[in-house]
Amino acid sequence: MSSTTPLIQLRNISKAFGGREILRDATLDIRRNEITAIIGKSGGGKSVLVKHIIGLITADSGEIIFDGIPYSTMKRKDFSAIKNRCSYMFQNNALFDSMTVFENIALPLREKFKFPKKDIEDKVRARIEQLELTEVAQMYPKQISGGMQKRVALARALVTEPEIIFFDEPTTGLDPIRKKTVFSMIHRYHEKLNFTAVIITHDIPDIFYIAHAVNILDEGRIIFSGSPVTLEQSSDPGLYTYTHGHEMLIDELTGLHNRLSLVRKIEASGSHREGRLVLATVRLVGMRTVMDYKGELLAHAFIRNLAKFVHSFLPPQACAGMFSKEILVLAARTGEESTLELFLERLANYFTNLAIETYCHKHRLQVEIGGAVVSDESNAYTAIQEALATSKKYV
Amino acid sequence: MKNILAIPALLGATSLGIIRNAGQWGVFSLTALLGMVHARRLVPKILHDIHFIGFKSLNIIMLVAFFTGMVLGLQGYYTLIKFSAEGMLGVAVALSLVRELGPVLTAIMLIGRAGSSISAEIGIMRISEQIDALSTMDVDPVRYLVTPKIIASLICFPLLTAIFDCVGILGGYFSSVLLSSRSGIFFSKIQSSLLLSDVTGGFIKSFVFAFIVITISCYCGYYTHQNQSSAGAEGVSNSTTSAVVQSCVYVLIADYVITSFLM
Repeated sequence: MSSTTPLIQLRNISKAFGGREILRDATLDIRRNEITAIIGKSGGGKSVLVKHIIGLITADSGEIIFDGIPYSTMKRKDFSAIKNRCSYMFQNNALFDSMTVFENIALPLREKFKFPKKDIEDKVRARIEQLELTEVAQMYPKQISGGMQKRVALARALVTEPEIIFFDEPTTGLDPIRKKTVFSMIHRYHEKLNFTAVIITHDIPDIFYIAHAVNILDEGRIIFSGSPVTLEQSSDPGLYTYTHGHEMLIDELTGLHNRLSLVRKIEASGSHREGRLVLATVRLVGMRTVMDYKGELLAHAFIRNLAKFVHSFLPPQACAGMFSKEILVLAARTGEESTLELFLERLANYFTNLAIETYCHKHRLQVEIGGAVVSDESNAYTAIQEALATSKKYV
Repeated sequence: MKNILAIPALLGATSLGIIRNAGQWGVFSLTALLGMVHARRLVPKILHDIHFIGFKSLNIIMLVAFFTGMVLGLQGYYTLIKFSAEGMLGVAVALSLVRELGPVLTAIMLIGRAGSSISAEIGIMRISEQIDALSTMDVDPVRYLVTPKIIASLICFPLLTAIFDCVGILGGYFSSVLLSSRSGIFFSKIQSSLLLSDVTGGFIKSFVFAFIVITISCYCGYYTHQNQSSAGAEGVSNSTTSAVVQSCVYVLIADYVITSFLM
């Protein structure tokens, strides 16, 4: 089998439980020696999809091809050999309650491989030390915290040094520091052992830094397959929730549109409304530096305050959003010529407020306000550029 | 028309369900039995299960056996004395216990103490994905979890039945001593009337009951997730109840069938 052929190919997998369709023609490739991430909403069937590969669930229709051989034509012995090459870390850890942490980690070595007792102990101790589990090695899973249980499950998955590892939400229930540790450990082990990894996760964007390929499962179908960079650069609005999901809370708190929804809103308003497009822009020069050096929270507090003010005078048909981290845009389609003047006057008043001015000076923020009644409305980006071109420094 | 068809449809679905379950139980039991080949690696688990099923049930078995024997002695005495046949009390107690009550009551006590517990344990392992974890490790869960329990039961049930019989006879003897001073005749009549075939029959029953109780208990726990009406803790609770009820029913049915063959 050539190295370019995917190691595992899932073709049109469909699965329903009790009449409820979980997977609908899901198609996915898992490439050899790569880290493949599967992301999607909770309860969307990610675990179900992966469990098909390891044989825990049988598909209603579709085919799984492993190393060029379809499961449907595979003998039991061959499938057993595949299982020996794989390891699965369960979402709920699936640790054995009646065994100690040490015995849990040693179980696959004892049952799967006939290593001498001494070798098993050495391998298990090495994993226990790497995952900082030495103190709890003789405890039972119920006696340790959820985070520790996760690490025990991870140790059990890694102890056999398998070729393919399936991680089902390996960081759920872990604190942010441990989450980073788990991902960096997966990355480090991958560099060292060069295994094939499939990671089901909700940790966006952290997973994008270690994954070679990302697959998005939505409504039972794979709606995106590609590299994290391709995903990041995608302008498909359907993918925005997944790529910028972590920023959506901020959008909701400020009540401002994000770049994509702002552009869509401006462009949609042009198609069926009377009047002309009025745009006002506030360029906060230096906001990125504030974010980088003084913190996101400080910058967010400033934008939240500004958003509150903007919403106090924004007409009902108008909208406001952050075009970038430094550019706020106010847009309205109106027949009234005075709207632009109203926007500019209110914004100017806001920034001439002493407290705001002091804040801007203190954090070296430069504010430029611009506005235009846009002539070319066909493209929102061009329209915003036109408004930005008129920017004047206020603070 | 719809209502008329509903009844045969329900009957058909129920029948199919029973047949499917019976077939699945058969395959499950056979897989567990085949697991006995190369059972050497399972010895630690077998010893653990012997401890759990056998040793930990010893007290309750002896207690129940003693009082069962005493009640048999008491009831038997007042019945036999009407025919001036109280000398036959020992035989009545011993035959009742060895042929019938010993194996059946031992099985029923073990269903309550060990069967329910095994069903719940395996059910919890199923819903917490521990059984799936074994599958992903290419460890056959049936062989790993069920086979040692079957072997342990096949060892424990006959031994516990023997203990039940002995302690029960002792209970009958105490009852007899309390009611009449002619205690020596109690054992002499047992010695002269109790045959080896009676004892063998009791042991055959205990072997069959062991297999029925453990396979049904393990089966109900193992397929907890197939319970459509409930899931999670409720599913485990239902499968445990189902294991106890089914085990009791099938033990009593098997008892009748075996007795009719042995008679």
